[in-house]
Amino acid sequence: MQYFDRSGQVTYDANFSLKVKEVSRTNIDRCYQCLTCSLSCPVTFAMDYLPNQIIRMVQLGLKQRTLTSSTIWVCADCEACATRCPNDVEIVRLMDVLREMALQESLNEKEKAVAAFHHAFLGNIKRWGRQYELSMLLQLKFKTADFFSDIDLGIKMLLKGKLKLRPPRFRDLRGVRAIFQRIERLAGGERT
Amino acid sequence: MKYAYYPGCSLESTAREYDLSVRAVCSNLGIELTELADWSCCGASSGHSTNRWLAHALAGRNLALAERAGLDIAVACPACYVRLRTTYKEMKDDPRQRDELVNLLDMPYEVKYGTRHLLDIIYHDIGLETLKERLAKPLGGLKLACYYGCYLVRPPAVVAFDDPENPKSMDMLLDALGAEVRDWSGKVDCCGGSLSLSKREIASRLVAEITGMAKRAGAQAIVTACPLCHSNLEVRQVTRGQNRLPIFYFTELIGLAIGIVEARSWLKKHMISPLNLLASHGL
Repeated sequence: MQYFDRSGQVTYDANFSLKVKEVSRTNIDRCYQCLTCSLSCPVTFAMDYLPNQIIRMVQLGLKQRTLTSSTIWVCADCEACATRCPNDVEIVRLMDVLREMALQESLNEKEKAVAAFHHAFLGNIKRWGRQYELSMLLQLKFKTADFFSDIDLGIKMLLKGKLKLRPPRFRDLRGVRAIFQRIERLAGGERT
Repeated sequence: MKYAYYPGCSLESTAREYDLSVRAVCSNLGIELTELADWSCCGASSGHSTNRWLAHALAGRNLALAERAGLDIAVACPACYVRLRTTYKEMKDDPRQRDELVNLLDMPYEVKYGTRHLLDIIYHDIGLETLKERLAKPLGGLKLACYYGCYLVRPPAVVAFDDPENPKSMDMLLDALGAEVRDWSGKVDCCGGSLSLSKREIASRLVAEITGMAKRAGAQAIVTACPLCHSNLEVRQVTRGQNRLPIFYFTELIGLAIGIVEARSWLKKHMISPLNLLASHGL
Protein backbone atom coordinates (compact mmCIF):
# COMPACT_ATOMS: atom_id res chain seq x y z
CA MET A 1 0.00 0.00 0.00
CA GLN A 2 1.21 3.52 -0.81
CA TYR A 3 0.04 7.06 0.01
CA PHE A 4 1.01 10.12 -2.01
CA ASP A 5 1.19 13.81 -1.15
CA ARG A 6 -0.09 16.56 -3.49
CA SER A 7 3.12 16.66 -5.49
CA GLY A 8 2.79 12.97 -6.20
CA GLN A 9 5.65 11.92 -3.94
CA VAL A 10 5.18 8.68 -2.03
CA THR A 11 4.80 9.55 1.66
CA TYR A 12 3.95 6.09 2.92
CA ASP A 13 5.21 2.81 1.54
CA ALA A 14 4.32 -0.30 3.50
CA ASN A 15 6.58 -2.43 1.34
CA PHE A 16 9.57 -0.35 2.37
CA SER A 17 8.96 -1.04 6.02
CA LEU A 18 8.49 -4.77 5.41
CA LYS A 19 11.52 -5.05 3.14
CA VAL A 20 13.81 -3.30 5.62
CA LYS A 21 12.64 -5.54 8.46
CA GLU A 22 13.18 -8.63 6.36
CA VAL A 23 16.62 -7.74 5.03
CA SER A 24 17.98 -6.29 8.26
CA ARG A 25 16.84 -9.30 10.28
CA THR A 26 16.17 -7.13 13.30
CA ASN A 27 12.84 -6.43 14.88
CA ILE A 28 12.56 -2.65 14.83
CA ASP A 29 8.98 -2.88 16.15
CA ARG A 30 10.47 -3.57 19.57
CA CYS A 31 11.71 0.05 19.70
CA TYR A 32 9.84 2.01 22.41
CA GLN A 33 11.57 5.32 21.67
CA CYS A 34 13.64 5.46 24.87
CA LEU A 35 16.32 7.46 23.00
CA THR A 36 19.19 5.40 24.41
CA CYS A 37 20.57 5.07 20.87
CA SER A 38 20.51 8.80 20.21
CA LEU A 39 22.02 9.62 23.61
CA SER A 40 24.83 7.13 22.92
CA CYS A 41 25.47 8.36 19.40
CA PRO A 42 28.61 10.53 19.13
CA VAL A 43 27.66 12.13 15.80
CA THR A 44 24.08 13.34 16.28
CA PHE A 45 25.36 16.94 15.93
CA ALA A 46 25.91 16.25 12.22
CA MET A 47 22.68 14.32 11.57
CA ASP A 48 19.39 15.60 10.13
CA TYR A 49 17.37 12.93 12.00
CA LEU A 50 18.27 11.19 15.26
CA PRO A 51 18.75 7.40 15.14
CA ASN A 52 15.49 6.81 17.08
CA GLN A 53 13.69 9.01 14.53
CA ILE A 54 15.10 6.93 11.68
CA ILE A 55 13.66 3.80 13.32
CA ARG A 56 10.26 5.50 13.60
CA MET A 57 10.45 6.69 9.99
CA VAL A 58 11.10 3.13 8.80
CA GLN A 59 8.17 1.87 10.87
CA LEU A 60 5.98 4.52 9.25
CA GLY A 61 7.14 3.58 5.76
CA LEU A 62 8.66 7.01 5.06
CA LYS A 63 10.96 5.66 2.39
CA GLN A 64 11.99 8.80 0.56
CA ARG A 65 12.72 10.79 3.70
CA THR A 66 14.70 7.93 5.25
CA LEU A 67 16.82 7.05 2.24
CA THR A 68 17.69 10.67 1.42
CA SER A 69 18.69 11.49 5.01
CA SER A 70 22.25 12.40 5.87
CA THR A 71 21.98 10.37 9.10
CA ILE A 72 22.51 7.01 7.40
CA TRP A 73 25.87 8.23 5.98
CA VAL A 74 27.03 10.22 8.97
CA CYS A 75 26.59 7.14 11.20
CA ALA A 76 30.17 6.03 11.95
CA ASP A 77 29.20 2.39 12.71
CA CYS A 78 30.58 2.70 16.24
CA GLU A 79 27.94 0.25 17.57
CA ALA A 80 27.36 2.22 20.79
CA CYS A 81 23.61 2.42 20.00
CA ALA A 82 23.11 -1.28 19.34
CA THR A 83 25.26 -2.27 22.33
CA ARG A 84 23.13 -0.19 24.69
CA CYS A 85 19.67 -0.72 23.12
CA PRO A 86 17.50 -2.39 25.79
CA ASN A 87 15.42 -4.09 23.09
CA ASP A 88 18.24 -5.55 20.98
CA VAL A 89 17.45 -3.51 17.90
CA GLU A 90 20.45 -3.96 15.60
CA ILE A 91 20.67 -0.32 14.59
CA VAL A 92 23.94 -0.51 12.67
CA ARG A 93 22.62 -3.44 10.67
CA LEU A 94 19.55 -1.31 9.97
CA MET A 95 21.78 1.56 8.80
CA ASP A 96 23.69 -0.86 6.54
CA VAL A 97 20.46 -1.95 4.86
CA LEU A 98 19.31 1.65 4.42
CA ARG A 99 22.65 2.67 2.91
CA GLU A 100 22.58 -0.26 0.53
CA MET A 101 19.02 0.62 -0.55
CA ALA A 102 19.87 4.32 -0.95
CA LEU A 103 22.73 3.39 -3.29
CA GLN A 104 20.64 0.93 -5.28
CA GLU A 105 17.92 3.52 -5.81
CA SER A 106 20.39 6.41 -6.34
CA LEU A 107 18.81 8.36 -3.49
CA ASN A 108 22.01 9.48 -1.77
CA GLU A 109 22.00 13.23 -2.40
CA LYS A 110 23.39 14.83 0.73
CA GLU A 111 26.47 12.86 1.69
CA LYS A 112 28.18 12.02 -1.57
CA ALA A 113 31.69 12.27 -0.09
CA VAL A 114 31.07 9.32 2.23
CA ALA A 115 29.73 7.13 -0.54
CA ALA A 116 32.62 8.25 -2.78
CA PHE A 117 35.05 7.11 -0.11
CA HIS A 118 33.41 3.67 0.12
CA HIS A 119 33.46 3.38 -3.65
CA ALA A 120 37.15 4.29 -3.89
CA PHE A 121 38.01 1.96 -1.01
CA LEU A 122 36.25 -1.05 -2.54
CA GLY A 123 37.54 -0.21 -6.03
CA ASN A 124 41.04 -0.42 -4.58
CA ILE A 125 40.43 -3.94 -3.32
CA LYS A 126 39.16 -5.03 -6.70
CA ARG A 127 42.19 -3.52 -8.39
CA TRP A 128 44.98 -4.44 -5.96
CA GLY A 129 43.57 -7.01 -3.49
CA ARG A 130 44.61 -4.78 -0.61
CA GLN A 131 44.49 -1.05 0.04
CA TYR A 132 46.98 0.98 -1.95
CA GLU A 133 46.51 4.28 -0.15
CA LEU A 134 48.13 6.56 -2.72
CA SER A 135 45.93 5.25 -5.49
CA MET A 136 42.84 5.40 -3.27
CA LEU A 137 43.54 8.99 -2.15
CA LEU A 138 44.05 10.18 -5.71
CA GLN A 139 40.85 8.52 -6.84
CA LEU A 140 38.99 10.12 -3.96
CA LYS A 141 40.40 13.56 -4.78
CA PHE A 142 39.19 13.30 -8.37
CA LYS A 143 35.78 12.00 -7.32
CA THR A 144 35.14 14.78 -4.85
CA ALA A 145 37.05 17.45 -6.86
CA ASP A 146 38.84 18.33 -3.63
CA PHE A 147 42.51 18.53 -4.55
CA PHE A 148 44.10 20.63 -1.86
CA SER A 149 42.94 19.43 1.55
CA ASP A 150 45.44 17.37 3.54
CA ILE A 151 48.21 17.81 0.96
CA ASP A 152 50.70 18.86 3.67
CA LEU A 153 49.63 15.85 5.69
CA GLY A 154 50.10 13.50 2.74
CA ILE A 155 53.61 14.79 2.11
CA LYS A 156 54.55 14.40 5.77
CA MET A 157 53.22 10.83 5.76
CA LEU A 158 55.16 10.01 2.61
CA LEU A 159 58.35 11.31 4.22
CA LYS A 160 57.68 9.21 7.32
CA GLY A 161 57.32 6.12 5.13
CA LYS A 162 53.64 5.83 6.05
CA LEU A 163 52.33 5.71 2.48
CA LYS A 164 53.83 2.98 0.35
CA LEU A 165 54.95 4.06 -3.09
CA ARG A 166 54.67 0.68 -4.73
CA PRO A 167 51.41 -1.27 -5.05
CA PRO A 168 50.79 -4.01 -2.49
CA ARG A 169 52.31 -7.39 -3.25
CA PHE A 170 49.26 -9.53 -3.79
CA ARG A 171 49.02 -12.56 -6.04
CA ASP A 172 45.48 -13.90 -6.34
CA LEU A 173 43.94 -10.91 -8.12
CA ARG A 174 42.01 -13.20 -10.40
CA GLY A 175 40.36 -14.83 -7.37
CA VAL A 176 39.43 -11.51 -5.77
CA ARG A 177 38.02 -10.11 -9.00
CA ALA A 178 35.97 -13.27 -9.50
CA ILE A 179 34.43 -12.67 -6.06
CA PHE A 180 33.47 -9.12 -7.08
CA GLN A 181 31.94 -10.43 -10.31
CA ARG A 182 29.83 -13.00 -8.47
CA ILE A 183 28.63 -10.27 -6.08
CA GLU A 184 27.73 -8.01 -9.00
CA ARG A 185 25.74 -10.82 -10.63
CA LEU A 186 23.95 -11.41 -7.33
CA ALA A 187 23.05 -7.70 -7.01
CA GLY A 188 21.88 -7.60 -10.63
CA GLY A 189 19.63 -10.58 -10.02
CA GLU A 190 18.07 -8.98 -6.98
CA ARG A 191 17.15 -5.80 -8.76
CA THR A 192 15.34 -7.42 -11.67
CA MET B 1 51.18 -20.63 20.69
CA LYS B 2 50.96 -20.41 16.90
CA TYR B 3 48.72 -18.15 14.83
CA ALA B 4 48.11 -17.09 11.26
CA TYR B 5 48.92 -13.38 11.46
CA TYR B 6 46.56 -11.06 9.59
CA PRO B 7 48.22 -7.61 9.60
CA GLY B 8 45.55 -5.78 7.59
CA CYS B 9 46.18 -2.98 5.11
CA SER B 10 46.98 -0.16 7.56
CA LEU B 11 49.85 -2.12 9.05
CA GLU B 12 51.54 -2.13 5.64
CA SER B 13 51.31 1.65 5.37
CA THR B 14 50.10 4.26 7.88
CA ALA B 15 50.71 1.90 10.80
CA ARG B 16 54.08 0.40 9.85
CA GLU B 17 55.32 0.95 13.39
CA TYR B 18 52.41 -1.08 14.76
CA ASP B 19 53.34 -4.00 12.49
CA LEU B 20 57.02 -3.81 13.44
CA SER B 21 56.22 -3.64 17.15
CA VAL B 22 53.69 -6.49 16.96
CA ARG B 23 56.17 -8.79 15.23
CA ALA B 24 59.05 -7.92 17.59
CA VAL B 25 56.99 -8.19 20.79
CA CYS B 26 55.30 -11.45 19.79
CA SER B 27 58.58 -13.08 18.83
CA ASN B 28 60.04 -11.93 22.14
CA LEU B 29 57.10 -13.28 24.16
CA GLY B 30 56.98 -16.62 22.34
CA ILE B 31 53.86 -16.02 20.24
CA GLU B 32 54.61 -17.57 16.86
CA LEU B 33 53.08 -15.53 14.04
CA THR B 34 53.06 -16.83 10.47
CA GLU B 35 51.71 -14.21 8.09
CA LEU B 36 48.55 -15.48 6.42
CA ALA B 37 49.67 -16.23 2.86
CA ASP B 38 48.21 -13.85 0.27
CA TRP B 39 45.69 -12.26 2.64
CA SER B 40 43.37 -9.64 1.15
CA CYS B 41 41.63 -6.53 2.50
CA CYS B 42 38.75 -7.31 4.90
CA GLY B 43 36.50 -4.66 3.29
CA ALA B 44 36.21 -2.66 6.55
CA SER B 45 33.26 -0.23 6.90
CA SER B 46 33.01 0.29 3.17
CA GLY B 47 32.10 -3.36 2.62
CA HIS B 48 29.26 -3.72 5.09
CA SER B 49 27.97 -0.18 4.50
CA THR B 50 27.31 -0.84 0.85
CA ASN B 51 26.85 -4.56 0.24
CA ARG B 52 26.31 -7.20 2.88
CA TRP B 53 27.49 -10.16 0.81
CA LEU B 54 30.55 -8.35 -0.43
CA ALA B 55 31.46 -7.73 3.23
CA HIS B 56 31.10 -11.43 4.04
CA ALA B 57 33.01 -12.53 0.96
CA LEU B 58 35.96 -10.19 1.57
CA ALA B 59 36.27 -11.29 5.19
CA GLY B 60 35.43 -14.90 4.30
CA ARG B 61 38.27 -15.23 1.80
CA ASN B 62 40.76 -14.70 4.64
CA LEU B 63 38.91 -17.03 7.01
CA ALA B 64 39.02 -19.73 4.33
CA LEU B 65 42.77 -19.17 3.83
CA ALA B 66 43.40 -19.57 7.57
CA GLU B 67 41.36 -22.75 7.55
CA ARG B 68 43.53 -24.05 4.71
CA ALA B 69 46.58 -23.28 6.88
CA GLY B 70 44.92 -24.97 9.86
CA LEU B 71 45.45 -22.04 12.21
CA ASP B 72 43.46 -19.54 14.25
CA ILE B 73 43.98 -15.95 13.15
CA ALA B 74 45.74 -13.32 15.26
CA VAL B 75 44.83 -9.81 14.20
CA ALA B 76 46.18 -6.39 15.17
CA CYS B 77 43.55 -4.06 13.71
CA PRO B 78 40.21 -3.97 15.57
CA ALA B 79 38.36 -3.01 12.37
CA CYS B 80 39.61 -6.19 10.66
CA TYR B 81 38.97 -8.08 13.89
CA VAL B 82 35.27 -7.20 14.00
CA ARG B 83 34.79 -7.95 10.28
CA LEU B 84 36.41 -11.40 10.48
CA ARG B 85 34.49 -12.29 13.64
CA THR B 86 31.16 -10.99 12.31
CA THR B 87 31.38 -13.19 9.23
CA TYR B 88 32.55 -16.16 11.31
CA LYS B 89 29.61 -15.75 13.70
CA GLU B 90 26.94 -15.28 11.04
CA MET B 91 28.18 -18.32 9.09
CA LYS B 92 28.38 -20.41 12.26
CA ASP B 93 24.84 -19.43 13.27
CA ASP B 94 23.29 -20.25 9.89
CA PRO B 95 24.66 -23.08 7.70
CA ARG B 96 22.59 -21.94 4.69
CA GLN B 97 24.46 -18.65 4.71
CA ARG B 98 27.70 -20.56 4.88
CA ASP B 99 26.75 -22.47 1.74
CA GLU B 100 26.05 -19.17 0.02
CA LEU B 101 29.45 -17.85 1.09
CA VAL B 102 31.23 -20.97 -0.17
CA ASN B 103 29.59 -20.40 -3.57
CA LEU B 104 30.66 -16.78 -3.64
CA LEU B 105 34.23 -17.61 -2.65
CA ASP B 106 34.57 -20.77 -4.69
CA MET B 107 36.71 -22.01 -1.79
CA PRO B 108 35.94 -24.63 0.87
CA TYR B 109 35.04 -23.15 4.27
CA GLU B 110 33.84 -25.10 7.31
CA VAL B 111 33.79 -22.26 9.90
CA LYS B 112 36.37 -24.03 12.04
CA TYR B 113 39.08 -21.55 13.01
CA GLY B 114 38.55 -18.47 15.15
CA THR B 115 40.05 -14.98 15.22
CA ARG B 116 41.64 -13.30 18.23
CA HIS B 117 43.00 -9.83 18.81
CA LEU B 118 46.60 -9.53 19.98
CA LEU B 119 45.59 -7.55 23.07
CA ASP B 120 43.42 -10.51 24.08
CA ILE B 121 46.23 -13.00 23.38
CA ILE B 122 48.90 -11.02 25.24
CA TYR B 123 46.66 -10.19 28.20
CA HIS B 124 45.08 -13.63 28.67
CA ASP B 125 47.66 -16.10 27.35
CA ILE B 126 50.97 -14.38 28.15
CA GLY B 127 49.61 -12.70 31.28
CA LEU B 128 50.69 -9.92 33.59
CA GLU B 129 53.03 -12.09 35.68
CA THR B 130 55.15 -13.08 32.68
CA LEU B 131 55.28 -9.46 31.52
CA LYS B 132 56.43 -8.34 34.95
CA GLU B 133 59.18 -10.97 34.91
CA ARG B 134 60.35 -9.67 31.54
CA LEU B 135 60.34 -6.03 32.61
CA ALA B 136 63.69 -4.46 31.71
CA LYS B 137 62.79 -0.78 31.62
CA PRO B 138 59.69 0.13 33.67
CA LEU B 139 57.66 2.94 32.13
CA GLY B 140 58.65 5.37 34.90
CA GLY B 141 55.21 6.51 35.95
CA LEU B 142 54.26 7.76 32.48
CA LYS B 143 50.67 9.02 32.84
CA LEU B 144 48.56 7.23 30.22
CA ALA B 145 44.93 7.09 29.14
CA CYS B 146 44.13 3.68 27.62
CA TYR B 147 41.79 4.09 24.69
CA TYR B 148 39.88 1.05 23.39
CA GLY B 149 37.59 2.72 20.87
CA CYS B 150 34.78 0.74 19.23
CA TYR B 151 35.62 -2.64 17.79
CA LEU B 152 37.69 -4.19 20.56
CA VAL B 153 34.56 -4.15 22.70
CA ARG B 154 31.56 -3.77 20.37
CA PRO B 155 29.30 -5.40 19.37
CA PRO B 156 29.67 -7.56 22.50
CA ALA B 157 27.88 -10.51 20.88
CA VAL B 158 30.67 -10.63 18.29
CA VAL B 159 33.88 -9.49 20.02
CA ALA B 160 34.06 -8.77 23.77
CA PHE B 161 37.03 -10.40 25.43
CA ASP B 162 36.67 -7.47 27.82
CA ASP B 163 33.87 -5.41 29.37
CA PRO B 164 32.06 -3.41 26.63
CA GLU B 165 31.59 -0.28 28.79
CA ASN B 166 34.61 -0.32 31.09
CA PRO B 167 37.33 -2.54 29.62
CA LYS B 168 40.45 -2.96 31.74
CA SER B 169 42.86 -5.33 29.95
CA MET B 170 45.03 -2.59 28.43
CA ASP B 171 44.95 -0.61 31.71
CA MET B 172 46.16 -3.63 33.71
CA LEU B 173 48.80 -4.43 31.15
CA LEU B 174 50.34 -0.94 31.18
CA ASP B 175 50.05 -0.72 34.95
CA ALA B 176 52.08 -3.94 35.15
CA LEU B 177 54.71 -2.30 32.93
CA GLY B 178 55.17 0.59 35.35
CA ALA B 179 52.97 3.29 33.83
CA GLU B 180 50.57 5.42 35.88
CA VAL B 181 47.28 4.56 34.20
CA ARG B 182 44.60 7.23 34.54
CA ASP B 183 40.94 6.34 34.90
CA TRP B 184 38.80 8.25 32.44
CA SER B 185 35.43 8.18 30.72
CA GLY B 186 36.57 8.23 27.09
CA LYS B 187 37.76 4.60 26.89
CA VAL B 188 35.13 3.29 24.50
CA ASP B 189 34.08 6.49 22.74
CA CYS B 190 34.25 6.60 18.96
CA CYS B 191 36.99 8.75 17.36
CA GLY B 192 35.21 8.93 13.98
CA GLY B 193 38.07 7.15 12.22
CA SER B 194 35.84 5.80 9.45
CA LEU B 195 34.95 9.41 8.56
CA SER B 196 38.51 10.75 8.83
CA LEU B 197 38.84 11.14 5.05
CA SER B 198 35.26 11.86 4.03
CA LYS B 199 33.95 14.06 6.89
CA ARG B 200 37.03 15.67 8.42
CA GLU B 201 35.11 18.16 10.57
CA ILE B 202 33.28 15.34 12.35
CA ALA B 203 36.49 13.40 12.98
CA SER B 204 38.27 16.53 14.30
CA ARG B 205 35.47 17.27 16.72
CA LEU B 206 35.40 13.72 18.13
CA VAL B 207 39.19 13.68 18.41
CA ALA B 208 39.11 17.01 20.27
CA GLU B 209 36.57 15.59 22.73
CA ILE B 210 38.63 12.45 23.36
CA THR B 211 41.99 14.20 23.75
CA GLY B 212 40.34 16.85 25.95
CA MET B 213 38.95 14.15 28.25
CA ALA B 214 42.33 12.41 28.41
CA LYS B 215 44.08 15.67 29.31
CA ARG B 216 41.53 16.49 32.01
CA ALA B 217 42.15 13.03 33.48
CA GLY B 218 45.82 13.98 33.76
CA ALA B 219 47.17 11.83 30.91
CA GLN B 220 50.34 12.79 29.06
CA ALA B 221 49.63 10.41 26.20
CA ILE B 222 46.97 8.06 24.86
CA VAL B 223 47.49 4.33 24.21
CA THR B 224 45.56 2.49 21.52
CA ALA B 225 45.40 -0.91 19.86
CA CYS B 226 43.86 0.38 16.62
CA PRO B 227 45.71 1.72 13.56
CA LEU B 228 42.69 3.78 12.44
CA CYS B 229 42.25 5.41 15.87
CA HIS B 230 46.01 6.02 15.99
CA SER B 231 46.24 7.85 12.71
CA ASN B 232 42.96 9.70 13.26
CA LEU B 233 43.98 10.82 16.77
CA GLU B 234 47.33 11.97 15.41
CA VAL B 235 46.31 13.79 12.25
CA ARG B 236 42.95 15.23 13.34
CA GLN B 237 44.31 16.69 16.58
CA VAL B 238 44.13 20.27 15.44
CA THR B 239 45.84 21.99 18.38
CA ARG B 240 49.44 22.75 17.54
CA GLY B 241 52.81 22.19 19.17
CA GLN B 242 53.30 21.26 22.80
CA ASN B 243 49.63 20.82 23.54
CA ARG B 244 49.21 17.77 21.36
CA LEU B 245 49.07 14.39 23.07
CA PRO B 246 51.36 11.70 21.67
CA ILE B 247 49.55 8.47 20.75
CA PHE B 248 51.19 5.09 21.38
CA TYR B 249 50.39 1.58 20.24
CA PHE B 250 50.21 -0.72 23.26
CA THR B 251 52.78 -3.01 21.61
CA GLU B 252 55.28 -0.13 21.31
CA LEU B 253 55.14 0.41 25.06
CA ILE B 254 55.47 -3.31 25.77
CA GLY B 255 58.52 -3.32 23.46
CA LEU B 256 60.08 -0.37 25.29
CA ALA B 257 59.41 -1.89 28.70
CA ILE B 258 60.76 -5.36 27.96
CA GLY B 259 63.89 -3.80 26.45
CA ILE B 260 63.55 -4.42 22.71
CA VAL B 261 66.31 -2.24 21.26
CA GLU B 262 64.67 -1.21 17.99
CA ALA B 263 61.64 0.21 19.86
CA ARG B 264 62.89 3.76 19.42
CA SER B 265 62.94 3.40 15.63
CA TRP B 266 59.19 2.64 15.66
CA LEU B 267 58.47 5.85 17.54
CA LYS B 268 60.26 7.96 14.94
CA LYS B 269 57.44 7.18 12.51
CA HIS B 270 54.84 8.97 14.64
CA MET B 271 53.28 12.19 13.34
CA ILE B 272 53.33 13.54 16.92
CA SER B 273 56.73 12.70 18.38
CA PRO B 274 56.61 11.07 21.81
CA LEU B 275 60.41 11.20 22.23
CA ASN B 276 60.56 14.33 24.42
CA LEU B 277 57.89 12.96 26.70
CA LEU B 278 59.75 9.66 27.04
CA ALA B 279 63.05 11.46 27.66
CA SER B 280 61.47 13.43 30.50
CA HIS B 281 60.71 10.07 32.14
CA GLY B 282 64.18 8.68 31.62
CA LEU B 283 63.09 6.47 28.72
